[in-house]
Amino acid sequence: MTGNATTANESGGFSRVASGDLDTTHGVVLYLEDISVSFDGFKALDKLSLSIDIGELRCVIGPNGAGKTTMMDVITGKTRPDGGSVFFGQTIDLTRMSEAEISTAGVGRKFQKPTIFEHHSVFENLELSMKADKKVRSTLFSRLSNEQRDRIADTLGLIRLRENSGQIAGLLSHGQKQWLEIGMLLMQEPRLLLLDEPVAGMSDEETERTGELFVSLAGKHSLVVVEHDMAFIEKIARKITVLHEGSVLAEGSMSQVQNDPKVIEVYLGR
Amino acid sequence: MTGAPGQRFYGPRGWAILALCSIAIFVVMPLLNLAVPADSPFHVSAYWVTLFGKIMCYAIVAVALDLVWGYAGILSLGHGLFFALGGYAFGMYLMRQIGSDGQYRQPMPDFMVFLDWKEFPWQWWNSDSFLWCAMLVVVVPGLLAFVFGYFAFRSRVKGVYLSIITQALTFAAMLLFFRNATGFGGNNGFTDFRRILDIPIATPQTRMALFAITGAALIGTLLLARWLTTSRFGRVLAAIRDAEQRVMFCGYDTVHYKLFVWTLSAVICGIAGALYVPQVGIINPGEMSPANSIEIAIWVAVGGRGTLIGPILGAGLVNGAKSFFTQAFPEYWLYALGLIFILVTLFLPHGVMGLMKKKQ
Repeated sequence: MTGNATTANESGGFSRVASGDLDTTHGVVLYLEDISVSFDGFKALDKLSLSIDIGELRCVIGPNGAGKTTMMDVITGKTRPDGGSVFFGQTIDLTRMSEAEISTAGVGRKFQKPTIFEHHSVFENLELSMKADKKVRSTLFSRLSNEQRDRIADTLGLIRLRENSGQIAGLLSHGQKQWLEIGMLLMQEPRLLLLDEPVAGMSDEETERTGELFVSLAGKHSLVVVEHDMAFIEKIARKITVLHEGSVLAEGSMSQVQNDPKVIEVYLGR
Repeated sequence: MTGAPGQRFYGPRGWAILALCSIAIFVVMPLLNLAVPADSPFHVSAYWVTLFGKIMCYAIVAVALDLVWGYAGILSLGHGLFFALGGYAFGMYLMRQIGSDGQYRQPMPDFMVFLDWKEFPWQWWNSDSFLWCAMLVVVVPGLLAFVFGYFAFRSRVKGVYLSIITQALTFAAMLLFFRNATGFGGNNGFTDFRRILDIPIATPQTRMALFAITGAALIGTLLLARWLTTSRFGRVLAAIRDAEQRVMFCGYDTVHYKLFVWTLSAVICGIAGALYVPQVGIINPGEMSPANSIEIAIWVAVGGRGTLIGPILGAGLVNGAKSFFTQAFPEYWLYALGLIFILVTLFLPHGVMGLMKKKQ
């Protein structure tokens, strides 16, 4: 890790610098305020406010259509909100940046459906997502340094795909693809990881290992995990946010949330 | 190291094949055409030199289309436009080289005399300069592709929509060039060339020189494309083709990547067009017809997308078949072309190259 966290962005109020340093002097890595998004009159997000502390592992749950994926779309620049603000650290306004700029600033995202480069080898998948200069000119002439090779090898070990390094990624099992995508995120060295249903389609053993991995990543990175698998949530969660109809319904520890009458009503129905 | 990225540039076998092709182009063909007497059975006539030269120009275009379609996933159905623009740019120079030897014995090109124009329109400024026109060959298709690509890629136009817009673009350009007032000879285009760099154009030596230059351009294009696609840049391109959103979320500005390869591809087509015109001896707006551009995509599909060598084979096979058919059964060529395309789509999704890989 580089020591970005301590170097505050002193360029003043303007934040349209993709490579601007992340300023987390108040201990908050992500701050959503009054985010609203509507699609053809349907309010996917309705004045959603949420903040993620540095190093936190946050779980987000909620019934279908609660706005979980839309929230990730807004944070990563895929969807522009109709109103509200998204701040990465104190100074970086994500609503004004492109997907690539947001990623470069330090936000990594795993999609609901594993999205990897199916025709590239596992090694190449990690190589392409590695934190590096991503301008056209540098990719034309760049070669992997030994240090970078070591990093890829480390990540291969971490996601247990060392044996599959040269294999075409499309041939991996579903669970392995999920792991590869997580590995690709880690290669970006993000400050904040957004994980949309990371254990969907994994075996019990894979799910367990994924949980351990996430817990070990928290602290170094901040994580936001969206999951339906309550058993998995229960294992890793410290703080849970429940979304319902586009805004926060409840927030707190597992037991607090489970005993919240509003949550019970939403989940069990009237 | 296992799983190291990318393929090698070429293996020993690849280089050997490339060397053999170079010998065929630069040694065997000139010898058989120029040194072997015309009555010998080994003599290669001017007809074949021109035909092979023409097909090599097409092969350059096919490699250029493969770069954008096979690697970046952008199917252009308007690459004939860039080819024709390169041809027209160089054609202007060839028209000026005719001098006063035209039908009307006037210093202006015949079609301008016919239209009773007294001076050259602005497009023809400095067109008697070889270097100026050579520069236009690169700049005009490149600039058009850059501007078009900038707006199309920035607005995230892709897939079949982009293909249709490229068709419309080449069709619109064809209509524009059909007009006499556009200043490029209307539907007759440019023809009747006499000289190039003050050297008579119809001699066997000039023809062979153009053939060899085209061969060098083809090999150069292939090596450049191979270098691009085996670099990390090429792996990013292929990733854009397969999962563009993931590439964006990896921090790459995909618009820049697409714009670079798109513009480069157009420039290569322009150069191919400039080599084509002096060999074939004519350029007219028909080169911009939508059907021409679709045919380019067929060469690539027949040879095998994303292989670079495949499109060269595809251009050779389809145009070889075309030469045969249009002589033997002229009215059936379009049916044959359609049939080839359907058969390849149904049974050879990876083209001829896919077939060869399966055999191995």
